[in-house]
Amino acid sequence: MAIFLTHDSHVIVQGMTGSEGMKHTQRMLRSGTRVVGGVNPRKAGQTVDFEDGVQVPVFGSVAEAMEATGANVSVLFVPPAFTKAAVVEAVDAGMPLAVVITEGVPVQDTAEFFSYAQDKGTTRIIGPNCPGLISPEQSNAGIIPADITGPGRIGLVSKSGTLTYQMMYELKEIGFSTAVGIGGDPIIGTTHIDCLQAFQDDPDTDAIVMIGEIGGDAEERAAAYIKDNVTKPVVGYVAGFTAPEGKTMGHAGAIVSGSSGTAAAKKEALEAAGVKVGKTPSETAELMREIIAGLG
Amino acid sequence: MDLFEYQARDLFEKHGVPVLAAEVVTEAADAGPAAERVGADSGGVVVVKAQVKVGGRGKAGGVKLAKSPQEAVEAAEQILGMDIKGHTVGAVMIAQGARIAEEYYFSLLLDRTNRSLLAMCSKEGGMDIETLAEERPEALARVAVDPGTGIDDAKAREILEQAGFETADVDAIAPALVRLWDVYKGEDATLVEVNPMVRTEDGQVLALDGKVTLDDNADFRHEDHAALADTAAADPLEAKAKEMGLNYVKLDGNVGIIGNGAGLVMSTLDVVAYAGEEHTAGQARPANFLDIGGGASAEVMSNGLDVILNDEQVRSVFVNVFGGITACDAVATGIVKALEILGDEATKPLVVRLDGNNVEEGRAILAEAAHPLVTIEDTMDGAARRAAELAAN
Repeated sequence: MAIFLTHDSHVIVQGMTGSEGMKHTQRMLRSGTRVVGGVNPRKAGQTVDFEDGVQVPVFGSVAEAMEATGANVSVLFVPPAFTKAAVVEAVDAGMPLAVVITEGVPVQDTAEFFSYAQDKGTTRIIGPNCPGLISPEQSNAGIIPADITGPGRIGLVSKSGTLTYQMMYELKEIGFSTAVGIGGDPIIGTTHIDCLQAFQDDPDTDAIVMIGEIGGDAEERAAAYIKDNVTKPVVGYVAGFTAPEGKTMGHAGAIVSGSSGTAAAKKEALEAAGVKVGKTPSETAELMREIIAGLG
Repeated sequence: MDLFEYQARDLFEKHGVPVLAAEVVTEAADAGPAAERVGADSGGVVVVKAQVKVGGRGKAGGVKLAKSPQEAVEAAEQILGMDIKGHTVGAVMIAQGARIAEEYYFSLLLDRTNRSLLAMCSKEGGMDIETLAEERPEALARVAVDPGTGIDDAKAREILEQAGFETADVDAIAPALVRLWDVYKGEDATLVEVNPMVRTEDGQVLALDGKVTLDDNADFRHEDHAALADTAAADPLEAKAKEMGLNYVKLDGNVGIIGNGAGLVMSTLDVVAYAGEEHTAGQARPANFLDIGGGASAEVMSNGLDVILNDEQVRSVFVNVFGGITACDAVATGIVKALEILGDEATKPLVVRLDGNNVEEGRAILAEAAHPLVTIEDTMDGAARRAAELAAN
């Protein structure tokens, strides 16, 4: 069944007609995603040609696209300066899921659109600064390569894109129900806990890999959540043990401030909650293989 | 980006937060005339304050009272060049003196945990806020601030009342809090802290010391923020990398690292550190963080290698790429071309690990080029060990 995204997901792309939007819409289509529309007020009424004779209509607004196509997922490839307005538009239209790929969104904008979406209560936001999510061979909303692995029993949630790919690759023989890249910004719409909860409730997920990194306390809170609410086995990995204090390590949210946000504290919290934590990505994958073998 | 106190003060002034007259100088001799101007309304009394981006400068002797221009020069002479917790003082702020009746604390910051904003306020300012939060948490009011509506007069009053201020004080301080919201919002800050905020003996409310952190992601709508960067203090390699648009952090080890994606690069540093401990008795350690991002073109790769090979401490380089969107053959071509561009300047061994999209083609390209400095490894762990051993030799 997967989480958040299934074969029945009807996807629109905000920013489809830009270069990144075009490239990744093509990739999403190629991996079987039902991309039913794009949004660009200046190109409303046109259609865009993709491989194999696929034509995707462009709508003037998210609301119009939803009405015409029944879309229930929007993927955003919108430049940082316009991301807030685009997310607010999706929220106003009542779009159930908005996947914000854009990197470099000012955090005040994210705080604002997240708060706005919370108040409306009808839109789940994933990201920003994330690779999106994939339910292999069902649907792919974002930029995660679809050919790394196929469907399977593992659920994956990660702050990092390339570590998501790496972990999917290491466990390609088992496969994934859904892999969610939640993003590396200080404020993100969907957290580790949201995904853990959804995976716990998903009958097709038997075990969960959780990848975290330095900064904030999301992993610590996820650990507390796991202890009380998750009965499925969870394997963890945390990146950034060697990160110096006070330096931003690539992701805007990846920063150790004083003694808080360290990888060691996160690992400790996860282990205290009964999560097996790998020292390296390959050791983490090995822990998961053992768990899957034990589940039979 | 963290700002110096004087930069924070200037932003406060720009947005109408009450501050005292002040000037910043880098030469002690200039402190005299500055003190004359700044101290004109305070009987010649000024405060000479070290400009460093670290707390505890008062205890370290970095803040001195001066009652004349001559004393200001002497104070500046003592403070300039001083080392405060590893930060060399390159500038001092000469600030007008004030007769302080009471000291308060106020800050507004990004609350990652609640994915919102948080205002903190206390009647007991001046001291280290972490200490106050720990020892007397009841003295520190914490009030959630909606990112959409911010701090208006009503919100300012709510914050001050929660902190236990009397009505007369609430009336006097509330406008300053609204102006501080303007700083936070208008400058795209992630932190605005005033410690202390003071009431003077004659009843003025002033932001006496400020700390501001700006969001680099918002630079595109603040052209003036580029000028606030402390280029003098930046590591020369970090400065060079920044000019090239690379995401680079200098560390103090000897294994140079290039990878794609922030998470994978952080993980690579860790794996190299473990390999160094296990196989080289800790001699090999990561020398840097460098994320070349999704593209990984030949030009980006050669820029990255250029920065890393210019790090004198680096003895080997580990290139760790997982081809997701980027195909490994493109990355391999990038490495080969980068080595051509660098020519004789490439002198250190490179260990390359490629996986993912088009990995076979990528490895074939590297194998065919057979560059004498390049070793190909199949796994991240194996490559980390190889790079560590090369660095420790």
